[in-house]
Amino acid sequence: MRHLMSPLDFTREELEQLMDLADDIKNHPDKYSEKCHGKKLATCFYEPSTRTRLSFEAAMLNLGGSVLGFSSADSSSAAKGESVSDTIRVISSYADICAMRHPKEGAPLVASSRSLIPVINAGDGGHQHPTQTLTDLFTIRSLRGEIKDLTIGLCGDLKFGRTVHSLINALVRYPGIKFVLISPEELRVPEYIREDVLEKNGYEYKEVDTLDDVMGELDILYMTRVQRERFFNEEDYIRLKDFFILTPEKMNLAKKDMMVLHPLPRVNEIAVDVDDDPRAMYFTQAKYGVFIRMALILTLLEIPC
Amino acid sequence: MLNISGIHQGFVLDHIKAGESMTIYNNLHLANLGSDCTVAMIMNAKSNKMGRKDIIKIECPIERVDLDILGFIDHNITCNIIKDDAIVEKRQLSLPKEIKNVISCKNPRCISTVEQELDQIFILTDPENEVYRCKYCEEKYTGTK
Repeated sequence: MRHLMSPLDFTREELEQLMDLADDIKNHPDKYSEKCHGKKLATCFYEPSTRTRLSFEAAMLNLGGSVLGFSSADSSSAAKGESVSDTIRVISSYADICAMRHPKEGAPLVASSRSLIPVINAGDGGHQHPTQTLTDLFTIRSLRGEIKDLTIGLCGDLKFGRTVHSLINALVRYPGIKFVLISPEELRVPEYIREDVLEKNGYEYKEVDTLDDVMGELDILYMTRVQRERFFNEEDYIRLKDFFILTPEKMNLAKKDMMVLHPLPRVNEIAVDVDDDPRAMYFTQAKYGVFIRMALILTLLEIPC
Repeated sequence: MLNISGIHQGFVLDHIKAGESMTIYNNLHLANLGSDCTVAMIMNAKSNKMGRKDIIKIECPIERVDLDILGFIDHNITCNIIKDDAIVEKRQLSLPKEIKNVISCKNPRCISTVEQELDQIFILTDPENEVYRCKYCEEKYTGTK
């Protein structure tokens, strides 16, 4: 039995197979509409999420399976003080696979060590968000043809933004990737990403604090939201939240074939006017997230395709 | 200096930094060795090399103590293994690959701060720089040993 805790749980070859499957699902959805008939997905979401939870649920429903779960800690037995270990043992007897989001970092890992069913980390605090990474990789591969020789700008909250950490971890396994890390000093990537991931693997990166200067270099601009819930105090949040806003004027500085991605939800870091730009691919990215989650569910449930 | 008799089977941990022996006593869980074991702690003994040092003598079956953690606490400690009243091995201390329930994660967002009965586990991720990271949240351990 396999779980998914980090994008690195899959080898590059396995990731390619997963994306091939997602591609086939995208092109022939009918072929997969009954693959999970009789199977249940438990969505255990200890903190609010719309997109991730609904995309997991849509993925399972598209496969002919059913879903159950909770969408906040208040509506689960966690409110009564139940441990993650106990919860997953119980869920294991109700469902065939579980997607877990938890505000505490490492909670899905703890669950996976006690679980009798595959556990998918659907985001743990500021730590990892592997299914978002799979979505990002699948979007890049689908729209670019391959993941290779790209300059990728990551902008916004790079310190607490778990999608960024997971994405960097995954991209360092592909050749010719250059990173441009765009953030205020307070929100730069954590030291372990810089030291253990980028430097250790010999990847080229630079840290800058303005978007304008680097727009022309980028093949992909990955925008992130400055998340209120990751800050200990409101003052810091208000001071930093509007630091980097993508506008049509900034888009004029970018390459004609650059892609803008965003894990969503957006607050105000991308002006609504940018949505009409053909390079804005974040809504397509959200759609592709369902296909890759369908492929993931099928893979972890070991359903022959 | 106080005299403590030799041991038949067990360990002598020498060159412990003065004042550190109680920490080691706790980290090696020596209080739980069993009623057939004897532990002697010599604190603040004179040392030519160190000025002052602590020594711990442990009389017990040698398989009963996991010494790996000593490498994390202080790799300058000398560890002599005694069998049949004689030193049979001077163990070179190295950094353990994993540390369990000795140090705890300081990251307030880590699951290990709230989950009941969860082992505190740290993994050696960079032996060269002696970096340990929490198994759950991957936060680097920066506290005191």
